[in-house]
Amino acid sequence: MDSALFEPSLYVVKGMVIMDNDGNRLLSKYYDKKTFPSVKEQKVFEKSLFQKTVRANSEIIMLDGLICLYRSNVDLFFYIMGSAQENELMLLSVLNCLYDSVSQILRKNVEKRTLLENLDVVMLAMDEICDGGIILEADANSVVERVALRTEDIPLGEQTVAQVLQSAKEQLKWSLLK
Amino acid sequence: MNSMKRDKKDEEEGGGGGLFSSLDKTTVLQEARLFNETPVNPRKCTQILTKILYLLMQGEELGTREATDTFFAMTKLFQSKDIVLRRMVYLGIKELSTVAEDVIIVTSSLTKDMTGKEDLYRAAAIRALCSITDSSMLQSIERYMKQAIVDKSPSVSSAGLVSSLHLMASSGEIIRRWVNEAQEAANSDNMLVQYHAIGLLYAVRKTDRLAVIKLVSKYTSLAVRSPFATCMLIRIACRLMEDDPDNDSTYQDFLESCLRHKSEMVIYEAAHAIVNLKRTGARELSPAVSVLQLFCSSPKATLRFAAVRTLNKVAMRQPTAVTACNLDLENLISDSNRSVATLAITTLLKTGAESSIDRLMKQIASFVSEISDEFKVVVVQAIRALCVKFPRKHGVLMTFLSSLLREEGGLDYKAAIADTLITIIEENPEAKETGLAHLCEFIEDCEHTALAVRILHLLGKEGPRTNKPSRYIRFIYNRVILENACVRAAAVSALARFGALVDELTTNILVLLCRCEMDSDDEVRDRAAYYRCILENQDRSLSSHFILNEFQEGEGEPREGMLMTEKKPSAVTKTRQETLAQQLLNIPALAALPLGQLFKSSMPTDLTESETEYVVQCIKHVFPQHVVLQFECRNTLPDQLLENVRISLEIPAGFELVSEIPCPRLEYNTPGNVYSCIRLPDDPQLAMEGTFEATMKFVVKDCDPNTGLPDSDYGYDDEYIVRNDPEVYFLFPLRFLEYFWFYLQLEEVEVATGDFLVKVIEGDFQSAWDGLGEENQVTETFELPYKSLEEAVTKIVKFLSLHPSERSDRVQAGKTTHTLYLSVASLRFLLTSFL
Repeated sequence: MDSALFEPSLYVVKGMVIMDNDGNRLLSKYYDKKTFPSVKEQKVFEKSLFQKTVRANSEIIMLDGLICLYRSNVDLFFYIMGSAQENELMLLSVLNCLYDSVSQILRKNVEKRTLLENLDVVMLAMDEICDGGIILEADANSVVERVALRTEDIPLGEQTVAQVLQSAKEQLKWSLLK
Repeated sequence: MNSMKRDKKDEEEGGGGGLFSSLDKTTVLQEARLFNETPVNPRKCTQILTKILYLLMQGEELGTREATDTFFAMTKLFQSKDIVLRRMVYLGIKELSTVAEDVIIVTSSLTKDMTGKEDLYRAAAIRALCSITDSSMLQSIERYMKQAIVDKSPSVSSAGLVSSLHLMASSGEIIRRWVNEAQEAANSDNMLVQYHAIGLLYAVRKTDRLAVIKLVSKYTSLAVRSPFATCMLIRIACRLMEDDPDNDSTYQDFLESCLRHKSEMVIYEAAHAIVNLKRTGARELSPAVSVLQLFCSSPKATLRFAAVRTLNKVAMRQPTAVTACNLDLENLISDSNRSVATLAITTLLKTGAESSIDRLMKQIASFVSEISDEFKVVVVQAIRALCVKFPRKHGVLMTFLSSLLREEGGLDYKAAIADTLITIIEENPEAKETGLAHLCEFIEDCEHTALAVRILHLLGKEGPRTNKPSRYIRFIYNRVILENACVRAAAVSALARFGALVDELTTNILVLLCRCEMDSDDEVRDRAAYYRCILENQDRSLSSHFILNEFQEGEGEPREGMLMTEKKPSAVTKTRQETLAQQLLNIPALAALPLGQLFKSSMPTDLTESETEYVVQCIKHVFPQHVVLQFECRNTLPDQLLENVRISLEIPAGFELVSEIPCPRLEYNTPGNVYSCIRLPDDPQLAMEGTFEATMKFVVKDCDPNTGLPDSDYGYDDEYIVRNDPEVYFLFPLRFLEYFWFYLQLEEVEVATGDFLVKVIEGDFQSAWDGLGEENQVTETFELPYKSLEEAVTKIVKFLSLHPSERSDRVQAGKTTHTLYLSVASLRFLLTSFL
């Protein structure tokens, strides 16, 4: 836990992983070649990360000098990694964005089976959230908009309700922030 | 139960998941041939592409050939208009760009998408394009990139900015030309565009301090809306503050205003920054701490974690600042997130009062097994600090530590615990017996050789001085029976120490050592035989010398080779001594003098400031009747040559200058020696205090810095010079004379008591002292000008340059008298100081 202030940089995210409830990786992106030079280190890290987080439902831990934030639902585990000096809340906003956009893409059925059915769109979403370690977008709605979810697939009624709710929420949030 | 779970899983995999459950690289790559068909089937192709990317994410690696083939097949998919497929192609390009060859082939397709109408393509196309481009190609798309950065669509603008940042490393020069566009983007309404633009601007300007200052002042005054961008500005401002500690307080004001920001992210970033700044004082800290205190009661685990972690950092530096938060921290002890709970407890341990320790220890004990080793070490370190702070609590703390020792854990963790226990034992004599007992118990079941050896060493050192030394013998001998060779050898050494120090045990130890001689390992056998041989002699001085001294030298490291009997404690100093003596003997003029055996050489002392043109150091060599002063001179000017360098001394009464050896030539950067041999007065009292005023005399010649040869060959030795200035002084202007005598006043050389004393490491002080007899003892009373006992002890040890025996340099707090044992081998006496 080095207290030194580090070089200001936009490279905030070290890695992003989605695992199933057996600790197998479904999707993963690592952005720091120094911390994780090869797949071997990544797998070792994921294994210990999964062991530490599978039972304790506590959102954040420190592991191997990295801050790891996580969130789980049914049989999926979402992880975001950042350096120990990083702003935890910034990472949390990335995690929430990842989770919320996946949840919207899977139409609230956040589980392994639906995830695999929509793997292509989820991959695109991950790419839209973080590009090479830089946070590209932290708002789940924009992400979903950008990954071009086939809107014709959503039943009309559900779509409007969800969208109206979302935009209302958004409006409210911004009016509060102003 | 288990089988049920399995059934369920199988069933799931039979469904949609089955598609990706057992993918094989070769089959998938075979399927990729479908890409070449016309018309493209978007559904199928998307699925295959997804499979390829999935495999890559799983850690599968493609060879260059495979990657290139797939890449080229993928380019065919640009024909399709399907949005998802096109986007997946971009992803594929990015993934394969590092492995495949000739990736620039898709440049034109991507450029077309990037400038096209479809917004959904443009942003992603820019990012894909920048992943395959290099600096030469970047120039051709520069125009489009500039347009993209200022595009009104935030996703396009962000993509342009972020890609530029990625390209900074390879083609920084080109990116620097885009500053104007980036500045325009920084005024954007979109939060992330602003963030990316400020990030890019900083990356471009970070080497130019003034530009960075301008950047920060511009955007801090503009009141940036985006919380991300504000966090970035805070970091840049901190960097500026760290680099220049005495600038004004504008940035400080900015940080404090951020503490009142709407977004928690910014508030935390500012508080974190204030805590980490080196210049932060108590005044600046208090608003940050109160913000963190609020966060402690947040429902978000991450926020609590962040707050406690930062408070923990504050507690390390200024525990008093955190005391106000104690109540909030107490509430966090039972937090469901164990990391938060651990951090809260360690923070409390740093700030809390003595009375709360028992309760906190009980709390930690309840969940210590659930936290990771990293945090356990943090806990142990906190306990260590506590033991120093509240020595009276050692009972509770030690019981806790020993219970930790019994649990599972890695070497680092165990070593941290053992270290803490050892520190407690050393600092606190009351805790010694219990501490040793805990350690004895630990080595009974310790799988780390290095730790076991260290503890055995400690037992050998401290055990014999306890009330009942015999109780430790069993633990130590158990190691001899059960452990590996390294530990056995260490155990034998520890046993020997008991034998040498405790008379009642000697016979028993001899029996044990006798048994050790049957050991299968050479080292163990040798040690046992060696120690037995010494102990059987029943000679105190012999065992003090060869068991106890050697033991101190050994320092308990697991040693491989034979324990050398001739390895004396002063081996290191001896070698220095010997080389110096040899050097002296090599000088014929000195060797001719009846000096006798060299007794001691001092460490070099500086007689000049270290940055002067000529540097002189003095080493004092003490002989029974003489002292030889060795002046090591060094000329630091490359264009000068010194000749006939002498040191003239003012000799006080009683001393007598026997001979003087000048240095004929002193070249640039080659040290030269001048020696003065002085006969000491017969009265020892006088010999102890001699002060010699030294002046260096020399002739300077200008010389060629390259060859080192003098420019002219004048004779020297002018007698007109008068010395009245401490600095280098000359009488005639340079244009008349090219050489002259120079005088350089040096610092005084002092010969003092310490020069006549040699540090020896005495294993058993008492027996050595008793062995000297009454006639060699002198008692004198001194009044010393020191405020505390500790200060007096350290000063005396330093002044006399002696070695304290039996750890007598540690003063127990609150005592008014203290006995300091100093071991001395001197020409004339052996000395003890009573305080």
